[in-house]
Amino acid sequence: MALLEIKDLHATVGEREILKGIDLTVNAGEVHAIMGPNGSGKSTLAQVLAGRELYQVTRGQVLYDGKDLLAMAPEDRAREGIFLAFQYPVEIPGVSNMYFLKAALNTIRKNKSLPELDAMDFLNLVREKMKLMDMEQALLNRPVNTGFSGGEKKRNEIFQMAVLEPRLAILDETDSGLDIDALRTVAGGVNALRGAERSMIVVTHYQRLLNYIVPDFVHVLSEGRIVKSGGKELALQLEESGYAGLGIEDEEEAVGKR
Amino acid sequence: MTAVSEQTVAWLAKFTAQKCAEPWVQQLRDEGFRRFAELGFPTTKNEEWRFTNVAPIARADIAPLFGAGKIPQEAQAQLAKHASIDRNAFVALNTAFLNDVVFFQVPRGEVRAEPIRISFQSAAGASPLQVTNARSLVVVGPDAHCTIIETYEGTGKYFTNAVTEIVVGDGAVVDHYKVQRESTEAFHVATMQVTLGRSANFSSHSIALGGALVRNDANATLSEGTEATLNGLYVVNGRQHIDNHTQIDHAKPHGTSHELYKGILDGHATAVFNGRIVVRKDAQKTDSKQTNKNLVLSGEAVINTKPELQILADDVRCTHGATIGQLDEESMFYMRSRGIGREQARSLLTYAFAQDILDRIKAPALKEHLGKVLFEKFHEHGG
Repeated sequence: MALLEIKDLHATVGEREILKGIDLTVNAGEVHAIMGPNGSGKSTLAQVLAGRELYQVTRGQVLYDGKDLLAMAPEDRAREGIFLAFQYPVEIPGVSNMYFLKAALNTIRKNKSLPELDAMDFLNLVREKMKLMDMEQALLNRPVNTGFSGGEKKRNEIFQMAVLEPRLAILDETDSGLDIDALRTVAGGVNALRGAERSMIVVTHYQRLLNYIVPDFVHVLSEGRIVKSGGKELALQLEESGYAGLGIEDEEEAVGKR
Repeated sequence: MTAVSEQTVAWLAKFTAQKCAEPWVQQLRDEGFRRFAELGFPTTKNEEWRFTNVAPIARADIAPLFGAGKIPQEAQAQLAKHASIDRNAFVALNTAFLNDVVFFQVPRGEVRAEPIRISFQSAAGASPLQVTNARSLVVVGPDAHCTIIETYEGTGKYFTNAVTEIVVGDGAVVDHYKVQRESTEAFHVATMQVTLGRSANFSSHSIALGGALVRNDANATLSEGTEATLNGLYVVNGRQHIDNHTQIDHAKPHGTSHELYKGILDGHATAVFNGRIVVRKDAQKTDSKQTNKNLVLSGEAVINTKPELQILADDVRCTHGATIGQLDEESMFYMRSRGIGREQARSLLTYAFAQDILDRIKAPALKEHLGKVLFEKFHEHGG
């Protein structure tokens, strides 16, 4: 059975329709890349899957592990194994990273009927995962994302993912704002989490990330619809010909590639 | 007979029932009562009391509590010399009932390690409203250092009418805290009047959690080169009402003042923040900053916030700002997307808002204690 089945998904923000009929099936262990120009609806799709209430789903269905995903609160989706790595991780002054992550992990463990981790076990677990992401342990005692550099914020997202061990990870433009060294670290962390029981949706504008996180499937999104799907070679084709090669307008390409 | 005079007549009977005091005390009492009788209880027509209706106090059948009547002779030089009875009926009333005075004196140059603790515990009595006219005086000598912790607590319905005078000598450093955890049925009206010497450093944190009807006046008069900090945190829920009026009087040049008041309002609670800053004509080079931030958690809670700047000098820097906001929607979603439930996310973000004030508390034991108290308070609705 598919882990995630999206059928004819339409979503609006205010009066504006952004997703105009998305169909996508993700099986266990698969990595799907969603590519597309700015404004194509990539981030909206990621946020709708995580349960952001800013968007209204007007039509369609999403089944996650056979259950109606759209009927679930964001926290219930997370407890059932969905994880969104944010494009812009949120700064939360006054809440320590450690406290935040421990609270998150323990609610997820509780949902799996696992015992809560005490402070010692938790610390041992996070130490190991921090090494994976090449992160300073001091970041744990700081408030969530507060005063973190762009690279630290993105690494913190993947670090959280490593601790929470989701079944479906959605990476929203995880490459944006990263230099090549930070990109390698982040991609290395993501790759270490790939496995037969873990699926991923990797949302990105640029092919660059996909050199490091090699997808099984690539989908091109334009104006709220998937206009082309293929294997990893589709990303390479896009790299060469640009979105224009598929007849898609991309305002960023019009002013030159970054 | 008018309502005002009816109220003061009831108090007159209690006033005259007091045991006689020493002549200097009796004189203060007489002046206090005379002024109280002239002023009467303030109404909402009075600009200073526009949003705070004290009718439940004014109309109550009262029973003032008299202490043992011990007022140290050493207090005479400063007692009632700072908190003025002229404009505030509650200060006048408190002075009319001078009975017990909590008095501390820190000699010149002494660095006092242990905090000075001033603690008032109240409880509801039989049907008339029990009134405690809490009076404190702390006189800190030049170049001395000390910490003052005032605590107000109680159970049931009663009225605490507190006046605290703090006199800080030249070059002294004073760290003051007021923890107000009155019962949610209680009335609490308090004036803190601080007189600061040259180059003194005074900081105050007012943590207000309890009370049904609360009015705090926190006033400081600065001298040359004085540094003063007035911070506060008020947390109200249900039908609680809290009014914080602060006044920072830059009387002399080169003074610095900082003010940060943060409020958390839930339920049908109402709050007032009125921050007056006076910069006198010769108080040049004054540097003053005032901030009031409010987190409003329900659609029914109301906050009235107002800065009031009277600047008579021309070479000064004064800034002020006020914000009123809800919990950040993005932060809520971020937490929920990690599996943290809505209620717990709400509690954590509320606590985080208060954390800012907690972080500024220097007394370690108090900081830890208040951290726990607030954490529990914000988690009592779920989590």
